[in-house]
Amino acid sequence: MTRINVLYFASLRDAAQVAGETVSTEAADLRALYDELQARHQLPFPARQLRVAVNGEFADWSAPLREGSDIAFIPPVSGG
Amino acid sequence: MPRFNLSSTPFDTATLRAGLLDASVGAYASFEGWVRNHNDGRGVQGLHYDAYTALAEAEGERIIEEACAKFAILDACCVHRIGDLAIGELAVWVGVTAAHRDPAFAACRFIIDEVKSRVPIWKHERYVAGDAGWLHPRREDTR
Repeated sequence: MTRINVLYFASLRDAAQVAGETVSTEAADLRALYDELQARHQLPFPARQLRVAVNGEFADWSAPLREGSDIAFIPPVSGG
Repeated sequence: MPRFNLSSTPFDTATLRAGLLDASVGAYASFEGWVRNHNDGRGVQGLHYDAYTALAEAEGERIIEEACAKFAILDACCVHRIGDLAIGELAVWVGVTAAHRDPAFAACRFIIDEVKSRVPIWKHERYVAGDAGWLHPRREDTR
């Protein structure tokens, strides 16, 4: 099991009903983690419409999970 | 000093502009994005910007660095509001200085376009009709 911290923004936060949570998971990589959390929280996007960040930097979906890292799923942005 | 900033309160563009000007500047171009009272045919009452602060600041800095490498400009700066904004408030400001106008205009356009497409900031609109919602414009699938 790996323990990581997940951050939610915008409509992902509304769906998860929390701004962040600590998750213990068997997921091997970021894509598997998202799929697990999408099912748990009914998150309104498939992973292919999102970007993912680890410890404040954009990351690849295939990156392995590292204990204690902060992971953020980035829905399509709408600044400006 | 960072050249991309998030601001939770209104900011003064004259001060930002003055910070960019010096004797080598021959051209200054700016862009201001304002909160308007309509979007996609619906009346808008106000909006809220959410951001992933750490990543937004890092990505914003990268955009400014890219603009400085790509165009013959002297300096550039961008400030984006976060939090609650009313109709008519300034939401985002970009300022660019150069020796000549062409790169100043081009870099200014580049920066606002990249900020809108890459920086993790999200707009939540409150509509005159009483409902509200996040804007998540559909983008190219990346998976």
